Amino acid sequence: MKIDSYRRVGSIEEAYELLTEKSGAAIIGGGAWLKLMPKTIDTAIDLSDLGLDKVTGLENEYEIGCMVKLRQLEKFTPFQMIFDGILIQSAGSIMGVTVRNIATAGGTVAGKYGFSDLLPVLLAMDAEVELYKRGRLKLEQFMDETGVLKDILTRIYIRKTEGRGWFYTMKNTAIDFPILNAAITSSQKGCRIVIGARPYKAALAKKAMQFIDRIEKPGEVEIIEAANIAAGELKFGSNQRGSSDYRRELCITFVKRGLRKVLL
Amino acid sequence: MKYVNKTIPSVDGKGLMMGKPGYTDDLAEPNSLIVRVLRSPHPFAKIIKINKEKALTLEGVECVLTHKDFKRIAVTRAGQGYPEPSPHDKFILDDHVRHIGDEVAAVAACDKETAKKALELIDVEYEVLEPVLDFEKAYENKNVIHSEPEIHEMFPIGLEPLKNVAASYMMNVGDVDKTLEECDVILDTRFYTQAQAHVMMEPHTANARIDYQGRLVMYSSTQTPIHVRRILSHALEYPLSKIRVIKPRIGGGYGGKQCLHGEFLVAAVTLRTGKPSKIVYTRKEVFESTFSRHPMRFDIKLGAMNDGTLKGIDVDVLSDTGAYGEHALTVFMVAGSKVFPLYNKVDSVRFGGKVVYTNHTPAGAFRGYGAIQGNYALESAIDMLCDKMNIDPVEFRMKNMIKEGETSPIFAIMGEGTEGTAMNMESCKLDYCVKRGLEIINWKDKYPKKTTEDGKVRGVGMAIAMQGSGIPYIDMGSAMIKLNDDGFFNLMVGATELGQGSDTILGQIAAESLGVNPDKIVIYSSDSDLTPFDTGAYASSTTYVSGNAVKLTADRMKEMIIEEGAKALGTRLAETDFDGKIIKSGDKEMTLAELSNRLYYNEDQKQLMACESYVGTKSPPPFMAGFAEVEIDPETGKVDIVDYAAVVDCGTTINPALARVQVEGGLVQGIGMTMYEDVVYTSNGGMVTNNMMNYRIPTRKEITDMHVEFADSFEPSGPYGAKSVGEIGIDTPPAAITNAIYNAVGVRIQELPVTPEKVFMGILKQKDKE
Amino acid sequence: MKIKIKINGTIKTINVKADEYLVDTLRNNGCVSVRRGCDTTSCGICTVLLDGAPVASCSYLSCRADSHEVTTVEGIQEEAALIADFFGHEGADQCGYCNPSMALTLYAMKRELKNPDDDEIRAYLVGNLCRCSGYVAQHRAIRAYLEVE
Repeated sequence: MKIDSYRRVGSIEEAYELLTEKSGAAIIGGGAWLKLMPKTIDTAIDLSDLGLDKVTGLENEYEIGCMVKLRQLEKFTPFQMIFDGILIQSAGSIMGVTVRNIATAGGTVAGKYGFSDLLPVLLAMDAEVELYKRGRLKLEQFMDETGVLKDILTRIYIRKTEGRGWFYTMKNTAIDFPILNAAITSSQKGCRIVIGARPYKAALAKKAMQFIDRIEKPGEVEIIEAANIAAGELKFGSNQRGSSDYRRELCITFVKRGLRKVLL
Repeated sequence: MKYVNKTIPSVDGKGLMMGKPGYTDDLAEPNSLIVRVLRSPHPFAKIIKINKEKALTLEGVECVLTHKDFKRIAVTRAGQGYPEPSPHDKFILDDHVRHIGDEVAAVAACDKETAKKALELIDVEYEVLEPVLDFEKAYENKNVIHSEPEIHEMFPIGLEPLKNVAASYMMNVGDVDKTLEECDVILDTRFYTQAQAHVMMEPHTANARIDYQGRLVMYSSTQTPIHVRRILSHALEYPLSKIRVIKPRIGGGYGGKQCLHGEFLVAAVTLRTGKPSKIVYTRKEVFESTFSRHPMRFDIKLGAMNDGTLKGIDVDVLSDTGAYGEHALTVFMVAGSKVFPLYNKVDSVRFGGKVVYTNHTPAGAFRGYGAIQGNYALESAIDMLCDKMNIDPVEFRMKNMIKEGETSPIFAIMGEGTEGTAMNMESCKLDYCVKRGLEIINWKDKYPKKTTEDGKVRGVGMAIAMQGSGIPYIDMGSAMIKLNDDGFFNLMVGATELGQGSDTILGQIAAESLGVNPDKIVIYSSDSDLTPFDTGAYASSTTYVSGNAVKLTADRMKEMIIEEGAKALGTRLAETDFDGKIIKSGDKEMTLAELSNRLYYNEDQKQLMACESYVGTKSPPPFMAGFAEVEIDPETGKVDIVDYAAVVDCGTTINPALARVQVEGGLVQGIGMTMYEDVVYTSNGGMVTNNMMNYRIPTRKEITDMHVEFADSFEPSGPYGAKSVGEIGIDTPPAAITNAIYNAVGVRIQELPVTPEKVFMGILKQKDKE
Repeated sequence: MKIKIKINGTIKTINVKADEYLVDTLRNNGCVSVRRGCDTTSCGICTVLLDGAPVASCSYLSCRADSHEVTTVEGIQEEAALIADFFGHEGADQCGYCNPSMALTLYAMKRELKNPDDDEIRAYLVGNLCRCSGYVAQHRAIRAYLEVE
């Protein structure tokens, strides 16, 4: 990547103006992944000075600034109390400490990367994102939007929810990209089943969720049924790390294991 | 033994940990021109036109080199003894490019950015040719990769470029067809091994300058400085006497730096411009434009009698050397010569096949070359044969394997690139290695498998292996020891320290012979102007070959000290002795410091300097038994290496901690090849795994437990009883792990690497059968 | 642009390009111990401490380090020498290319984690690859180093 100029902005508004003014401007999160992109950035916009690097506990939710490092998420102990600590598990499973001290929550979410270990968990927790000018929206909705992001993702919100959670990421080696990952939660609102690294971006297995939510006391038989529904409704692709057939089989295993953990 | 078989810290470890400059790029001239290479985007193409004028007009560009700037001199980049057993099939720059990443042109400029811009300004017109990308279709393919008339072999190695054959080989012991016909049981099967990348942490690096005597001084991250000097001289037609090659500290090699890479281009730039220049390969260049391990296909037939006697081995191998033939023949031969002698009681062996060219990144030397591939095929096949015969694979090995005092006819027939050398196993504790390994891994309780409470399956598997210790009559080492005033020594060796600890252990050997504390010996290695000849760090030769040279030299220095001491004391030589501190005869004595000060400042002035050489007359193999315990999740196919036990017979360990880490490090590279590593290409010949995100080496989370022990062994021909230990560790994991997987879940992996997908799909297939 | 950065305790004003990475800035300013391994944050060789936390300097823009504090192994010589003693005892130092980065990461880990167990140690260091040692000798050395008060 080539960068022509670098600007550490003093306000979000300034960042927004720079971003919308030039087509070649871009927000840099941690910058580690962006660096690998074969493109030229006219103006690299750095949000480091805007106080967006904190995790804050509010009354009913947690607010995560977009510049919060993955390592901060991993070390924020109150997250142990939500959905069995899956946010901490997923943040901690991403490459090494030297990368997690650079990579940001905002950069990971805004990039909508298929290989992300964080996104399935945030989706399973039904997180929301805050976009400058547009305000808050469900992460799920944000993930569905396509095209170039012309907004600035400023914060991520996680509700303080009682519930169970399960996260698993299968990798060849610990710092590799996942072959497939999964985050599954259950709360009063029902189950959420998210499969990522398919290798496409993380997605909810909605039919499987509806199926399992309709059953009053799901047992092993229903769980297997839900796993098969999830594997059937989601699309899987092939790459160096695994074939679509294999990923579909893994999906069945993961959903079974996750649902057993959060329901039984 | 006082200083040998003792762990002392390495001589360079602390300084390097503290960040002292020591590696090639740390020592480049600060104002070096930056050399960058334009590389081929095509797997196979002819350069029709190449225009460098535009690039030359860019400010800061000093020099642009294309094939037109070089005389067509075919060389091999393989750092091997001369004449090399590799085809001379490479030009510094050529009008053909033969793999993606092959060199097209080079630029030297004032900085990185300018050099990069200049590369973009070179106009190249290619005629894209149809590449050969499948090594099983390379032989006699209509697309010929090397049709240039200049390429040649130095002696017969089976080079047939018009058939895309870089080398071929065939050997026979007995009549294998007849033997197999008479056998009760035959196993006939096929294995594939993949290309593996070295991934040394320091990329290939070289820099050059002209010194005040007008000589070319090259710093290079190389395992073979002497071969670099010779090959540079040939390729550039520049006098050998005017080249000095210095090998500083190296950030890992494992065979990947046993070839020349950037040296040609920095030398050419510096000779043309008179200015210092340097090249540091990018990680992508390391992957695409250096070397990887030869992928191989093994067709293997074993024959045995019902009583569990192995009678015959018949193996046909196809090896893929990629675009150039570095180490094509030698790697191929080692796949037989350092594997089949393990089963020395067979009536007959046949081994042969071809090494073919393809339009992929070339293959070259890599720790355990040939042996790891051959070991995987043979040691997997042995387990398959035992399974077929319903015989215990450990008992089968104990019955059929080589033992101390025995020999194998293969030693005399096959060497590395040439005929071999007959030898008896004066040290071979393989039976102990197997027995002890069974205890460490607790085979009795674990074989073949156990199911854990959470539904996972644990299995154990094993393999035996051997290596060599240098190449007899070819690999030579030498050393010089100089006594200084105040009684300390300089030890100069050509042997190449590349992180394995050779400077440290060679110092220990010298200390042992001289009886002095190792801190009295200052070692300096691998500087072609200052250190004596040594073929380099490869073929597991340093401890045995260079170590023997150091021992001879130190023994000679001790004699010289006694001779001069006797003269100074006025005593008879036969009654004078030196204990490392004091020269003594009867009641007369003087310290070494006193003697040396006398020699240099006061009386009978004379420099004491000893120099001796050694060339092996045999290559005593180290042996080992490796035992893997794996845990498999049958619902995902994920395989975890729970434990790995290794018992090694490498003779005396000069420095037990360093020897142990040689084995542990080798094991992990072997585990990497078995489980995680694979050089993957697209169908267009592009490399998918040209970065460390896609090419994965083991991390410390995959490797949690290993138990390495050494057998009590003494090799009479080795320095203080030592054999080699550098490569042996890498050989067993492919077979031991895949045997363990088979024992656990009944899935036989015959194509490396093992992936969870292959294991899972294998389990599914079995379920379908049931 | 000009940045003001504290390198191993000394404040320096350095001119850097917009897309210059910390590994190059440091190497050009006398810290040769900082070396590039992979350039994709995969190997950990280029690790430096940024305000005490280990980061991959191959992927950290130098501009961002403005008004921050950077420590390389040149800044923790005594600790590096101590760590080297433990590595040397196990033969774990090998080629040495990754060792300055190991020393820095270990130094940070010892200050960040209280009595880490084997798994926690591996998790902290997993991004620091070593191709020579096979890790277990390093692990033995690290355990011994952590015993030191």
